[in-house]
Amino acid sequence: MSTYSLSDGLASGAPRLSRTPLLANWVRESGIGVLASIAWIAFGLSCLWWEDVGDWSRTHSLGIAAFVIAAIALFGTVGADYLGSAGQALRKRAPWLVALGAFLTVWEVATAKFAWLPLPFFPPPQSIIEVYTDDLPKLLDSVFASVKLQLGGYLIGATVGFLTGVSIGWSRAVGYWVHPVLRFIGPLPATAWLPIAFFTFPSSWSASTFLIALATGFPVTVLTWSGVASVSNAYYDVARTLGAKPSFLVLKVAIPAALPHVFVGLFMGLGSSFAVLVVAEMIGVKAGLGWYLQWAQGWAAYANMYAALIVMSLLCSGAITLLFAIRDRLLVWQKGTVKW
Amino acid sequence: MVTAALAEAATHPAAGAALDIEQVSHAFDIDGAELPVLSDVSISVEPGEFVALLGPSGCGKSTLLRLVAGLDKPKAGRLREDDSRITRPHASRVVVFQDPTLFPWRSVWDNVALGLEAQGILNSQRHRVDAALDLVGLASFRNAYPHQLSGGMAQRVALARALVNDPKILILDEPLGKLDSLTRITMQAELVSLWQRKGFTTLLVTHDAEEALVLANRVIVFSDRPARVKADIRVDRPYPRHRGDPYLANLRRQILGLLGLDATW
Ligand SMILES: Nc1ncnc2c1ncn2[C@@H]1O[C@H](COP(=O)(O)OP(=O)(O)OP(=O)(O)O)[C@@H](O)[C@H]1O
Ligand SMILES: [Mg+2]
Repeated sequence: MSTYSLSDGLASGAPRLSRTPLLANWVRESGIGVLASIAWIAFGLSCLWWEDVGDWSRTHSLGIAAFVIAAIALFGTVGADYLGSAGQALRKRAPWLVALGAFLTVWEVATAKFAWLPLPFFPPPQSIIEVYTDDLPKLLDSVFASVKLQLGGYLIGATVGFLTGVSIGWSRAVGYWVHPVLRFIGPLPATAWLPIAFFTFPSSWSASTFLIALATGFPVTVLTWSGVASVSNAYYDVARTLGAKPSFLVLKVAIPAALPHVFVGLFMGLGSSFAVLVVAEMIGVKAGLGWYLQWAQGWAAYANMYAALIVMSLLCSGAITLLFAIRDRLLVWQKGTVKW
Repeated sequence: MVTAALAEAATHPAAGAALDIEQVSHAFDIDGAELPVLSDVSISVEPGEFVALLGPSGCGKSTLLRLVAGLDKPKAGRLREDDSRITRPHASRVVVFQDPTLFPWRSVWDNVALGLEAQGILNSQRHRVDAALDLVGLASFRNAYPHQLSGGMAQRVALARALVNDPKILILDEPLGKLDSLTRITMQAELVSLWQRKGFTTLLVTHDAEEALVLANRVIVFSDRPARVKADIRVDRPYPRHRGDPYLANLRRQILGLLGLDATW
């Protein structure tokens, strides 16, 4: 009896709490969207209000684009309830839109309008946009060359590293011969091989592929190996009593159990191979984003440098995102994996 | 009913195999010192017999099971299945380990399918996996991963993973230890009916004298480490057995006495 009256009291008390003022509710949900819109209008105005101190052709278009983004931010967040998941996604990112709009406004004013920052070294936003519109073919060629080189080297390095790691982890004989070589050569930064690689290999292309593969292969090998070596014997016991042959033990027990370690190796390899890629392109290969950076610096084309840097960071981040997606796919069985 | 499905699924019903443990002794090296674990153990098990092994914790029961499975070699003595010497693991002797040791990267269904897959016969025998999952009552968890299971559920999956292989000798290391008492009694009944239907030889390690008496033809009691056979008790009662059976209660008192508990129990 007493429990019934208690829960009755709670039930009748509950609705009164949820009656919040409508205005406050609206401000909480859409206020940041309005702020974002204001920030981007400010950016658009900062483009159009004053005269540029230099000679840039995209100032006007950039100002218009800023107003368009401001409009999208406003209607997208205020009307989020009618836009489904896209609206919700936009609402979630509204604080970032505010920050970005404010940052661009300050950047615009500090460079193009009043030149508070020394000019050739700190180009305004519109000059970077100009690079993307006017120097697009060369930039795209560079992106293509970089991706091709990186992908080839990384895939070779990851495959060789994985196979080597599994063999060392599995076979004592292979471990006996490979382990000392690995210890001797592995820790050497791949870039140290650069001078040798460039005159022993037939082309700078093959030399760079080798270096990227080397930079990838070492961490992948070591982590695959440690992954295979740390697989609990209990798993092998279970599989063996169920009639598993050695090939089954390697393919269906050792490798899946080691996979989380392998992915750590793949991430580390990706990081170090990016470094090798850029250096190799700057020094030997006359193509790719690294080379583009070098070339831009030679001509004091600072806007091109920033433009290339932004593209490069998008590509690297994209590669990491892709690897995370593959990992999440393969390791769904793990609980509590890191979100990238 | 599900048991029947599982029995039907077996295309070649395997009868049990005889198991001979002949003067087996075993020891481990711990920091250079030798730790004797089994001392001159001889047990002869008839085909299709259900033998329960009881003994104090740490006396060497799991060690003996590993030798029977062929995972380790004894320091002295011999083990034989029918007339062939046990030197390595074989799918005719399946073990349910004390720890379920499910493969965390495989779903429940794939874990149960492990033995059939390892023997390369999974594609024609998929229904046996489903039947085994039905048997342990986990058909609705077929797509779950081991980290999503409770301890008792994991143990039931491990049991299904063993049963699906149609072993000649089923080796059970406290397989029902983590189950709640109700599921435990159900699983005991299922185990007995499965064993009667299929006729495999069973070796069951348990801490529970009552469980041993309800299930087994023979109860073997071990001494403290190093384990020696202290008593070999025949349990001549028909199945299904009654927990309250005075004959069993009498045997139980006797066994607890052998394990060092006085008669007040
Ligand atoms: N791999 C090993 N290396 C060294 N010593 C071991 C090893 N395995 C078991 N032992 C020792 O052998 C003894 C018997 O172990 P075992 O696991 O067979 O006991 P048990 O009878 O199964 O005990 P419980 O009922 O608690 O499971 C223990 O003292 C243990 O320390
Ligand atoms: Mg044990």
